[in-house]
Amino acid sequence: MGGGEVLISLDGVEKVFDVRRRVSLMRREKRQVRAVDGISFEVARGEMVGYIGPNGAGKSTTIKMLTGILTPSGGRLRVAGIDPARERMRLAHRIGVVFGQRTTLWWDLPLKDSYGLMRRMYRIPAERFARNMERCVEQLDLAELLDVPVRQLSLGQRMRGDIAAALLHDPDVLYLDEPTIGLDVVSKAKVRGFLRQLNGELGTTVLLTTHDLQDIEQLCERVMVIDHGRLMYDGPLRGLHTAGGVAESERTLVVDLERELPAISVPGARVVKVEGPRQWLAFPAGASAAPLVAAVAADYPLVDLSVREPDIEDVIARMYAGRG
Amino acid sequence: MAEAVAEAGAGVAPGAPEVPGVPGAPEVPERSRALEGVRGYGLIVAMWIRSTMTYRTSFFLATFGNATVQLLDFVAIYIMFSHVEALGGFSLPEIALLYGSCSASLGLADLLLGNTDRIGVRVRDGSLDTMLVRPVPLLAQVAADRFALRRLGRIVQGLGVLGWAVWALDVAWTPGKVLLVPVMILAGAAIFAAVMLAGAAFQFVAGDAAEVQNSFTYGGNTMLQYPPTVFGKDLLRGVTFIVPLAFVNWLPALHVLGRPDPLGLPGWVGYLSPLVAFVAFLPASLAWRAGVRSYRSTGS
Ligand SMILES: Nc1ncnc2c1ncn2[C@@H]1O[C@H](COP(=O)(O)OP(=O)(O)OP(=O)(O)O)[C@@H](O)[C@H]1O
Ligand SMILES: [Mg+2]
Repeated sequence: MGGGEVLISLDGVEKVFDVRRRVSLMRREKRQVRAVDGISFEVARGEMVGYIGPNGAGKSTTIKMLTGILTPSGGRLRVAGIDPARERMRLAHRIGVVFGQRTTLWWDLPLKDSYGLMRRMYRIPAERFARNMERCVEQLDLAELLDVPVRQLSLGQRMRGDIAAALLHDPDVLYLDEPTIGLDVVSKAKVRGFLRQLNGELGTTVLLTTHDLQDIEQLCERVMVIDHGRLMYDGPLRGLHTAGGVAESERTLVVDLERELPAISVPGARVVKVEGPRQWLAFPAGASAAPLVAAVAADYPLVDLSVREPDIEDVIARMYAGRG
Repeated sequence: MAEAVAEAGAGVAPGAPEVPGVPGAPEVPERSRALEGVRGYGLIVAMWIRSTMTYRTSFFLATFGNATVQLLDFVAIYIMFSHVEALGGFSLPEIALLYGSCSASLGLADLLLGNTDRIGVRVRDGSLDTMLVRPVPLLAQVAADRFALRRLGRIVQGLGVLGWAVWALDVAWTPGKVLLVPVMILAGAAIFAAVMLAGAAFQFVAGDAAEVQNSFTYGGNTMLQYPPTVFGKDLLRGVTFIVPLAFVNWLPALHVLGRPDPLGLPGWVGYLSPLVAFVAFLPASLAWRAGVRSYRSTGS
């Protein structure tokens, strides 16, 4: 974190939704949903933070409060020194927002026109606009798309267009709510590469939510896990493995044998799954795989093998389940 | 507040990488909200006009069609007068004065703010989110969204009918009465706009209240085309003292025509329309603010 200037700070922030549910034809029941339930954290300038959690955890609600879309029900919140809900428009110049689920562009306009309108709205000086456009167009591969109305863009194309739009005014903070949802492998790689460069070269602070842990693995040193509106973990990604009482994680050696065999026996590992000639052997993440491979090859007809790194998804799933 | 400003003004932190052109704080000129709103409105409107102009033919067809439909509307009244001498004691030119002025007023309000009647949909599907993260007041964005120049049709028709009325009327024009005609149109538009704003605010609470709003604007317009003398006293009181539609054209027009108000209000009340419009905007804009504050987006 480097002890830099604090750009985002939350102190006991809450958001409660009143929801009315029809219980029967006549009766309606009023209920409160504590979407965000007393969250506190700080993000320093230049950080790239992953904000993860299961469906309905309160991630999007947090982001909407950080952008000024929603007014918190309680707590204190500041972004670049601004109270988002009270000074939404002033904040708008300092932040960029990408909603994976919803475009911020004008549906019927060609991308180019949307960008032109943004330039005027945000009063972006012509030369800075040109520079940012050039960078985004090149790195996000937008050249072919500039004349296409947004509604005709594919999901991945639109997402890239949206990311560019969020950055033309050089925001200090970029919020991304599921920026890789529905993207194919190539598009995901492109988006990740772009974000890494943005954060690395321009020092833009990034807060991103995702359900794809590869996003986090490849981009974020720091991750926050939220569940039921509460912060469950805040720290380095590596620390997640041991966080919350979850056992030290394991790596997996997958071996393909010549033929189907009963579960093999190798010292230092245990078979966790057998499927035809393929077997899965779990061993401590800290141990080396080499002696294990040698042992298998010595005693069994080995055809092929691969090693799987500890599965964060798994760890987190266990973490969620533990708190359920 | 002061503290927030100080923090924001802190600029680039010591630890931040020095990149040319990347702002610690892109200094946003402090301007009044209203000015920012007008500017943003203008930008968005200009963009929509440019984009409609790329399909020039279809624009002209739409505007022409719009004006024709409007004109047929007045033709219906014209035909009616070939069978009767007067309606509620009003002659055809007198009715045309009412008709033309409220058409022009509604047309103007509709051109400028007409899209607010769809805000309920945006509240329900959460698409206001994207507008709330832009540096332009929400109202300006909502009002300018899909700005439709073809709505000029109604204004043109209204002014046309009004022009004919003024020419055909047998009125002793005084400077006051001459002045009252444009004032009536502008103040009328402002009153309609206030009603639209209040209606839009109401849609934050009741997502499908567009019909309620339309019944006051378009419905009100239809009512105002006819002389107040054909309506009951209770209705007249309602549209004079509660939802002040009577000030759109009835009261000023009655003064121009030198006719008494059915409710017995003195003639100079006709000059109060601008004041009434101003007063109407107060509750409407308060309601709008409350509405925006109550916005809760959607769960996905
Ligand atoms: N506008 C709303 N009205 C009522 N309840 C809401 C609203 N928005 C969110 N909620 C509720 O608040 C909780 C948190 O929702 P939120 O959208 O923040 O979750 P999330 O972490 O973004 O989930 P996901 O991963 O599915 O996007 C959920 O229980 C949701 O039902
Ligand atoms: Mg979400």
